Amino acid sequence: MSQMTQPGGPPKRPPPWNDPRVRAITFQVLVSAGVIAVGVYLVHNLLHNLAVRGISTGFGFLDNRAGFAINQSLVHYDESSSYGRTFVVGLLNTLLVSGLGIVFATILGFVIGVARLSRNWLVSRLAAAYIETFRNIPLLLQILFWYFAVFLNLPPPSEALRVGDSVFLTLRGLYLPRPEFGDGFGWVALAIVAALAASAALARWARARQERTGERFPVFAASAGLVVVLPLAAYLLAGRPVTLHSPELEGFNFSGGVSVIPELAALLMALSIYTAAFIAETVRAGILSVSHGQTEAASALGLRPGWTLRLVIIPQAMRVTIPPLTSQYLNLTKNSSLATAIGYPDLVSLFAGTTLNQTGQAVEVMAMTMAVYLAISLAISLFMNWFNARMALVER
Amino acid sequence: MAAVPRQPDLPPPAAATGALGWVRRNLFDSPLNGALTLLAVYLLYLVVPPFVEWAILKADWSGTTAKDCSRAGACWVFIGVRLNQFFYGFYPVAEQWRVNTCLALLVAFVVPLFIKRFALKQWLGAVLLVVYPVVAFHLLVGGHFGLAHVETSKWGGLSLTLVIAIVGMVAALPLGILLALGRRATNMPVLKALCVAFIELWRGVPLITVLFMSSVMLPFFLPEGMNFDKLLRALIGVALFEAAYMAEVVRGGLQGIPKGQFEAAAALGLGFWRSTILVILPQALKLVIPGIVNTFIALFKDTSLVLIIGLFDLLGSIQAANSDTNWLGFSTEGYVFAACVYWVFCFGMSRYSQWLERKLHTGHRR
Repeated sequence: MSQMTQPGGPPKRPPPWNDPRVRAITFQVLVSAGVIAVGVYLVHNLLHNLAVRGISTGFGFLDNRAGFAINQSLVHYDESSSYGRTFVVGLLNTLLVSGLGIVFATILGFVIGVARLSRNWLVSRLAAAYIETFRNIPLLLQILFWYFAVFLNLPPPSEALRVGDSVFLTLRGLYLPRPEFGDGFGWVALAIVAALAASAALARWARARQERTGERFPVFAASAGLVVVLPLAAYLLAGRPVTLHSPELEGFNFSGGVSVIPELAALLMALSIYTAAFIAETVRAGILSVSHGQTEAASALGLRPGWTLRLVIIPQAMRVTIPPLTSQYLNLTKNSSLATAIGYPDLVSLFAGTTLNQTGQAVEVMAMTMAVYLAISLAISLFMNWFNARMALVER
Repeated sequence: MAAVPRQPDLPPPAAATGALGWVRRNLFDSPLNGALTLLAVYLLYLVVPPFVEWAILKADWSGTTAKDCSRAGACWVFIGVRLNQFFYGFYPVAEQWRVNTCLALLVAFVVPLFIKRFALKQWLGAVLLVVYPVVAFHLLVGGHFGLAHVETSKWGGLSLTLVIAIVGMVAALPLGILLALGRRATNMPVLKALCVAFIELWRGVPLITVLFMSSVMLPFFLPEGMNFDKLLRALIGVALFEAAYMAEVVRGGLQGIPKGQFEAAAALGLGFWRSTILVILPQALKLVIPGIVNTFIALFKDTSLVLIIGLFDLLGSIQAANSDTNWLGFSTEGYVFAACVYWVFCFGMSRYSQWLERKLHTGHRR
């Protein structure tokens, strides 16, 4: 914008109440003063209330003995453990259910998202029905349904539903065989690592060769073969070092094997099914976002449909899909806190529930709980920013 | 030269037209697709007939007690007996007309807004946003004008769900707009930082911790002896939480407005508020209507979380009815009923948003 020079000297400065800079500063000072005043007021009330109720502040309570039992723990925990330990147990349980949920939801979501775009009318309609049904029903309702109406209505251990002689489903949970790793398993592990390293090297070599000569090498088939054959050979040569221990009915319940408590199973079911509906939509939007001209250009170059998909569509679709996909993962992690409705011992239910009620340290406990979720979500948004910056189209 | 008599056109092959042609084109055009179709039919066979048999054919529809149900299929008697509670919670039966009146007023105010040719939309909207909440509040709470006072702890069922959802929507949208404007205010770094902190803080934590905080921690922050209603605390929590999400949606819309619009408004001599309200927001909000409706849908589903802090919304009252010892073992019916109700609301909203998106979409379409 060019400033017109007025006759008679420089333009007059506006009066202070019309000067945008003065107004901005005044407004900000007022808002900050208001926020600080409210904050001071709240903290003052808090300290007063704590003093009246005789609650001491600080994190000393974390060393006290917890004295309650937890029905699932990934690290050693018993009733003589401390409250700090309950925090660790809850955090690990949250991470467990989120991690498993992310894996299942991603697989299911990709399958359904691709099915939604299928040329097959029936398959695409079924996928649409799945998406519209499960994303329009509150997650909490689905969790309660799976827990109270499905898992708690399963038969008791004596009449367990079974798959073969090793997998049992009862109202006490799901029982799976537990693998026992004998001597010589180290060789198998070594073979797995070697196979992965070899596939990575193969991929690099094939890429370099393709850039040099334009010839393609069937990398996927070759690495799949490596990853299967090498560990299998090591397993057989080392004398089959893995044995499976099936769970067995003893008295009123199963022992041996791996048990999945019904709370975890119900929560996992509901989270995966619910989030898969959203992931499917994300995947569909990603694939549709690649303009039709790209497909046409690819076929004009003579690429076959499968190659078009792999070399042209998917790489471009991933750019659009990954940011909303990560935010779905974040949602799943936050939604896992609904575990408290069915008593799965996650961070909220265990630490912000039982521990808070026993110790009364509401402020410290809630602050720690919220800090964990904030840290997770900040980490994921940092990743997303990094990814977006890396993936952004470089335009000239 | 003898003219060759013109042959009538042959009809297209039977397998390429009509129902058969459609089936071949859409279901069996390749071996893989044929296999997928058969798999899908098998899945449907596994799910649909048993469900229809359970929900309709073998279901019990009439009766008053659990003994009237044969348990061979669904027991809809359970829902019928509890229907009043699922809708009104523990709102006294004699006073339930007040809830009905509120709903009827709401419908009467909202429906004309959707009629294209209705002329007084702005006035009606203002009445809906300013007058209606006051009227509805006094009707529901009572205590004046000869209406008996009804404690909020007696509110429940679908009507409570609707109260939370509507209050949440009405509060979250303006708050979200203000937060989004604050986040975009580059000339006021302190204000911007405050808004960013607020938005990221609320978006980073699960709603359940917010509700826990409002029910467990809020009393610590208030002066001694001052305490307010559990429902109100939940409402504030839900509204602030959704406002943060709304702010991000609105910010997306603001970012979609080209700079020229701001400059043109400034060139016309409009100040910040007038250019924002008259020029920027109408365009920005139109851009993100689908996002706003999606946030509303999320909010509607999130209302079910209040059951965890002990309010009896629709899901909460179903959960309470399931634990009634006279009616044990009918939880599936309760959940299916609740799922249908939530589904109708959410699906309706999502269809409306898709319709709006199509209506407002003026670009090229393939």
